[in-house]
Formats: sequence, structure tokens, C-alpha cells
Amino acid sequence: MLTLTHLYWLVGAIMTLVAVLTLLDQAHPRRFRSGLFWLCYAAIFIVGDWLPTAVVGALVIGMALLAGLGGLAAGPYQPLSEAQQQHSLQRLGKKLFIPALAIPGFTLVLVLMMGQMPGLHWFDPKNLTLLSLGVACILAFAIACYLTRESPRQGGLEAKRLLEAIGWAFLLPHLLATLGLLFNQAGVGQIIATLSNDYLQLDSRLAAVAAYALAMAGFTVIMGNAFAAFPVITAGLGIPLLIMQYNANPAVMAAIGMFCGYCGTLLTPMAANFNIVPVALLGLKDQHAVIKAQAPTALLLLLVNIVLLDQLAF
Amino acid sequence: MNYWPLLGIAVVIIGFVLRFNAVLVVICAGIVTGLCAWMPPLQLLSALGESFLKTRTLPVILLLPLAIIGLLERHGLKQQAQRFIAGVKGATVGRLLSIYLLAREGSAALGLTSLGGHPQMVRPLVAPMAEALAERQHPGLSQTLRDKVKAMAAATDNIGLFFGEDVFVAFGAIVLMHTFLRESGIETDPMHIALWGIPTAIAAFLIHAVRLHRLDHVLAAEQARLSKSVQRNPEPPAC
Repeated sequence: MLTLTHLYWLVGAIMTLVAVLTLLDQAHPRRFRSGLFWLCYAAIFIVGDWLPTAVVGALVIGMALLAGLGGLAAGPYQPLSEAQQQHSLQRLGKKLFIPALAIPGFTLVLVLMMGQMPGLHWFDPKNLTLLSLGVACILAFAIACYLTRESPRQGGLEAKRLLEAIGWAFLLPHLLATLGLLFNQAGVGQIIATLSNDYLQLDSRLAAVAAYALAMAGFTVIMGNAFAAFPVITAGLGIPLLIMQYNANPAVMAAIGMFCGYCGTLLTPMAANFNIVPVALLGLKDQHAVIKAQAPTALLLLLVNIVLLDQLAF
Repeated sequence: MNYWPLLGIAVVIIGFVLRFNAVLVVICAGIVTGLCAWMPPLQLLSALGESFLKTRTLPVILLLPLAIIGLLERHGLKQQAQRFIAGVKGATVGRLLSIYLLAREGSAALGLTSLGGHPQMVRPLVAPMAEALAERQHPGLSQTLRDKVKAMAAATDNIGLFFGEDVFVAFGAIVLMHTFLRESGIETDPMHIALWGIPTAIAAFLIHAVRLHRLDHVLAAEQARLSKSVQRNPEPPAC
């Protein structure tokens, strides 16, 4: 049966390939530091489960220093010549869309198929979507190589080019998720809940609703993740105030409360995979361009959520 | 109670406000938080390593499509996407992104969250298409407005995903809410939580679709302003 471990090995293998290609690239401006970064990351994916966790922690700090201090840079890349690309475009035309659409297409088919036939035991049912995505990407990669008549090595070079374009932003979402777990272990959530219980005096229903909604959004801005904010703010404000004192419907409160958190996610650089990685992927000049594009929608929706919560929950 | 771990949050806020490298800010915040919770250094390293291992699924989603998208880009995927959208009559940036918003939010509401995303859809297809349409509507568009259009494409993907997925009953957030409330002694039906998300999901679609519709007008106004200033300062005639 395919499990997450196999998927991690695949990712580790790709990272090893990127590391080797980088180390072999004599014209690369940060050859050894970039290569070392990808080797460390690959090791964490391939043998991470068998390493002492303190060693993994030390590797993480090392990788953060390598990435944060400018150790990742773009190497030279040889694109196809204008004429070759035109020739390729003429030959392939709309067929170029096939591998791109095959990624979601195969994922969807695999999820539905394996969901219908749990007796097969091919995929670990707990991680069905991720494993389907992994298999779909292998299939789509094969199709892409066949159509473009390129070698898997060129595929590795392309992955390396895009990873170099993303740069340190690639590590950021993973690091932020790690920080979220560390905050939990250090009891940051409980401190916030205690503080808000002790110091917030809310004597009208609307004020309580607004406080809960804004706290969900605000704490999500800090943590970068509404899932991290939900237990803290709901334990601190939602249950004692809205449910106990004003008899709110818990299902409504939870549903809309979580959405208030999502409004916060749209506003924060801490949600790096949504707000910072695309800036790197699209090559935008302004680091906060995506957040600025989202802000009006997020703020209006937060207001709508407060009204909806006040009208629907009681 | 030990309030010192809050220093970690302070490090994050100060670091982001002062625009230090975000990776360094986050790793510093982690170390500060751990030390303030009186973790011994070795235990802090362990906690860091263990948390990093537990969250390994995050980079997986980002990494896997890259080799495929890269190969296709090498052979002109962006140009092909732009050529394709140029053949669609009546298409505008606002309409294209509105349709993408509907498709993204609708498919996410059915649990199909992997049908979009920044590496596999926005970078190779949606953003180049939007940019090509903007260029067709307003030839000679400035780089600032181009970036604005591309950022809006990324924003549309996020908004569609966030406010669609929570309507799907088997999504992680619903499970999380249900489990947390149960642990706090409150019983809810996961189906109800999903259903009560629908009003916000509709509001999110309406608000963002109106903004996308207005984007066409914003681009037009900006373009008119630019061409007026060109008329006021005409190029000296060549002789």
C-alpha cells in the first residue's frame, strides 16, 4: 500500500536531483550553499523519520540560515531558442495543455476511483488526495516528457529553475507551520485566552459577536493560520461569551467564526504559501502585491460575517 | 502563568514590520518562544525537528507539479495559453477571473481542492491569460498595472479556495471544529457547520466578483489617464 512515506521519498528524490544538478553546475553563483540546502531538505524527507529529532531541528536551523542569508540564488539556465520554441509550439499547439490539465484530472480520477474501491488497499485512505496528487504528477510528468521529447534530466533542470525562482519563500510555509506547533507547545494559545478572559468586558451581544469575529481574524493574522486561531479564540471568547452567555448556535458560530479567520489569512504575510509564494512565482515587484489585491475583499467580507453572525446565530 | 512566550509573537510582528528576511524572523521567533517557555536547548531542537517532520506535507504540494510545469513552460505553455484566450471573443480580465472564481470555489466546495493552485494553475495558465486580455483591452499597459492584474489572479485563486472548501463536509476545518467543540462538551452536526458556511461563501463570491468587474473599469480609467497625458505631451514630430 502506498503511504505518505513513499510520497516523502519521491519528494526527497526530486530534491536530491536538484542538489546534484546544482553541485554539478560550475557556473552557479551559490553552488555549494544551494546544493547543501537541498541535500539537507532531501535528507529530512528521506531519512527524517529515523534521525534523532534534535538532529532534524539542527538541520532546520542550518537550512533557515542558508536560505535566510542569501544562500539560494538562481543559476544559469539555457532556454530553448526562439526558433526552437516556435517550432515546438507549431508542433504541439493545444496539446501543451494536456499534461497541465492531467495533474488535476488524474488526481480527481484517482481520488474517486480509490474512494469507490476501498477494498483494493492501494492507497492509504487517510492521505488519499495527497497520494493521488503524487501519482498524478508522475503520470503527467511522463506525458510531458513524451510530448516535448525531453529527458527526465531536463525535467529536473526545470524543477531547479522554478525552485530558484521561488527562492527562500519555498521554505517559509513549512517553517511557519513548524512555528505554529511550537507556539502550541509553549502555551501561547492559553496565555491569549487567559488575557482576553481577564481584560475584555463586553456587555452587549453585538460587541461580543464583533469581538469574537475580530479576534479570530486578528489572531489568524498573527499565526498565519485560521486552524491555529480557532481553538484559542473559541475557548477564550466563543464558548464563554457567545454560547454560554448569549446562547449562540454553536454550528453557526463555528462556521462563520472560521470564515472570519480566513479573512485574516488573506491579510497576512504569515500565510506565506498563499500570499508570499505566488508573489515569487509570478515575479511581482511588490512583496505584498497579493495581500493588497485581497484586502478590500477580506475587509468587506469580515464586516458581512459580523452581520451574518449577529443575525443567524441567535 | 508564564507570559514570556508572547515575546515570540512580538519577534514576528517586529520582524515583518521592519521587513527583515521572513525565514530568519520565523526561525528566531521559534527559538525565542522555546527559550521563553524554559525549554532546555536540546529539547527545543527536538521540538523544532519534530514539528518540522510533522508538517512535511506542505512543501510536497508545492514541489511536485514544478518539473511538469517547467517542461511545458520551456515549450511555450504561457504563449499557448495567451494565444488560446486571445481567440475567445468578448473575454475581459474581469470576466475571465470571475469564471475562474466560480470554478475554483465550486470545485473546492465539492472537495476538489487540488483543481487549482498557484504553481499548477495560476502561474502557467490563469495569470498569463489575464495578462494577455489586459494587454488586448489596453495595448501598452504599464508594468504596475500588469502586476496588479497578475496579483488579482493569485488573489482570486485564494479567495475561491478558502470560501469554497469550508462548505465541503469532509474538509479538515469542519472536522477540526466538530472535534474541538465535542472536546469542550458541545455537540454539533458537521453537516450543519458546513451548511452555515454557505451564506458567507455566497457573499465572498459576490463581493469578489463585483471587484473583478470593476477591475475592467479601473484598467480602462488608468489607461485613459495615461493616453491623455501622452496627448498633453506629444512626441516631437520627426523631421
